[in-house]
Amino acid sequence: MSDYLVQFNNISKFFGKVIALKDVTMKLKKGEIMCLLGDNGAGKSTLIKTLAGVHKPDEGEIIVEGKKTIFDSPKDALDMGIATVYQDLALVSLMSVTRNFFMGREPMKGPPFFKTFDIEKANKIAADRMAQIGIDVRDPSQAVGTMSGGERQCLAISRAIYFGAKVLVLDEPTSALGVHQASVVLKYIVKAASQGLAVILITHNVHHAYPVGNNFTVLNRGKSLGTYEKKDISREKLLSMMAGGEELNKLEVELQEMNRSTAN
Amino acid sequence: MSTKSKSIETKTDINQDERLKKVSKLRLLLNRPELGALGGAILVFIFFGIVAGDTGMFSAYGVLNFLDVSANLGIIAIAAAMLMIGGEFDLSIGSMIGFAGICIAIPAIYWGWPLWMSIIFAFSMAVLVGYFNGILVVRTGLPSFIVTLAMLFILRGATLAITRLITGRTQVPGLRVLIEDDPLAWIFATDTFKWVFTWLGSMNLIALRTDGTPLATGIPPSVIWFIALAIITTWILMKTRYGNWIFASGGDKNGANNVGVPVGRVKISLFIGTAVAATIFATIQVLDAGSADTMRGTLKELEAIAAAVVGGCLLTGGYGSAIGAAFGALIFGTVSMGIFYTDVDTDWFKVFLGAMMLIAVIFNNYIRRKVTESK
Repeated sequence: MSDYLVQFNNISKFFGKVIALKDVTMKLKKGEIMCLLGDNGAGKSTLIKTLAGVHKPDEGEIIVEGKKTIFDSPKDALDMGIATVYQDLALVSLMSVTRNFFMGREPMKGPPFFKTFDIEKANKIAADRMAQIGIDVRDPSQAVGTMSGGERQCLAISRAIYFGAKVLVLDEPTSALGVHQASVVLKYIVKAASQGLAVILITHNVHHAYPVGNNFTVLNRGKSLGTYEKKDISREKLLSMMAGGEELNKLEVELQEMNRSTAN
Repeated sequence: MSTKSKSIETKTDINQDERLKKVSKLRLLLNRPELGALGGAILVFIFFGIVAGDTGMFSAYGVLNFLDVSANLGIIAIAAAMLMIGGEFDLSIGSMIGFAGICIAIPAIYWGWPLWMSIIFAFSMAVLVGYFNGILVVRTGLPSFIVTLAMLFILRGATLAITRLITGRTQVPGLRVLIEDDPLAWIFATDTFKWVFTWLGSMNLIALRTDGTPLATGIPPSVIWFIALAIITTWILMKTRYGNWIFASGGDKNGANNVGVPVGRVKISLFIGTAVAATIFATIQVLDAGSADTMRGTLKELEAIAAAVVGGCLLTGGYGSAIGAAFGALIFGTVSMGIFYTDVDTDWFKVFLGAMMLIAVIFNNYIRRKVTESK
């Protein structure tokens, strides 16, 4: 059991009368990518915020490296090595790559009371880190606004890893990206996992999730529809579970009927 | 006085990357927020050099004159720029100037406090006002424009009411005699480098009075404060962690918060900065004039913001420079004084101020798009 890096057991979250999450369980080992799939309103956002320490779960327990923990704040989660990369990425587009990379955690140099931001060192680290992913940051003092969406995503992930993330929670990292950009980001996610991180990939795009995931958890209306290993489930099955398969079937029947009536 | 292009800090790239396309120096310059203001300042000097070159505007006395005006505006413009980079406005700067002046004058004249104590009192009040502005904006999430607009009226009204209540008038004169031997006042009231001017006078290089002393007696305190503030704030913005936090807080409040930048504290400290700068402005002016007036500093907040905008600050925050605001102030100061030396009616100064600002905003907007555009 304790070979799990992080476990979220039977997590529930209520907002007044609304049951946002009910008995959601997720367990991750090192190097695993768990894909959390769900349509809009399935409770993904609430779950992310619970993982990130923004919300406290009303029921259930969080176990990190075998120890039961409670996150009182996002900082607690971060200190335990659970880093969340939100959709807005927490990047400032007018600031340079380096200044973004080290935002809030600047490397310092110099004597006490006269400490300055060690830009040279920061530039070097930022450029090195980005080069490792294969992203061509031609000039680390260029504004983040000049980077493509995929590069920004990679920068945000790379920053989280650099600052000691063990578990990466990625909120829709590919939703705003084109096919090529998305594949760059997904490749990087796989690479990060192969280096021993556990990744929770939250998405509604099965086509992005299926090739990279080891396990898949499907959320629907705040409840988990179960966790499946990749070998146990097909892409089509996942897709129909996620969208509420019945609804799609119904739609198909309706469309057929429409076709028939127009054909007549 | 010349505007040194040295102060433009081109970004030197430490790791020479072979993939790095050689970017022209001009291109790098274009990425600096203060470029517009530097260019504007140079244009202004060329203009007056041609139009008023032989009128005495560029004599030692004339130069110190427009530098003094620029420096006074610059002190508050730099603080306003820092706050704008941090994503907020302070419209109460002008009212704070009047309030701080009264905070010095009434205790010193009517309550018999030593001058140094009244000055410290004024600065303490500034910290309080700045803190109050900041905490209101941060806690309520209201736009700082509205919160500090309210403070503009409150402070000006309180200044007027309190002064009339205590003194029965709206002006408090009689401070000049208190300056001498005061352990603190000299910081705000001493002309420096007098020996240079005495020497220049003795060499007959600058204009003299009839009694043989030079017409320009020394560098006014405002200029020293202005230069010191410009250097310190630029250093803070470029070289310190706090500087990075200022850019981050103004650029994306939520993003900065998510990565651990104490956005609230940064903003509050910047509001304290503008109030303190207004008090520096007020102290220098009150000690120079020897009196405080309840209407001092009226509309100064808008001039400070205009100078900051001309200096390259975006109204949306996250971008700008302190040195740019300093150049912006230099432009306004030079034109406001220089216009006396030309045949142009001084009534046109405000037209110039407005036009300058409009051009600056359009230019800045273009630059921002350049900086943030995707590949």
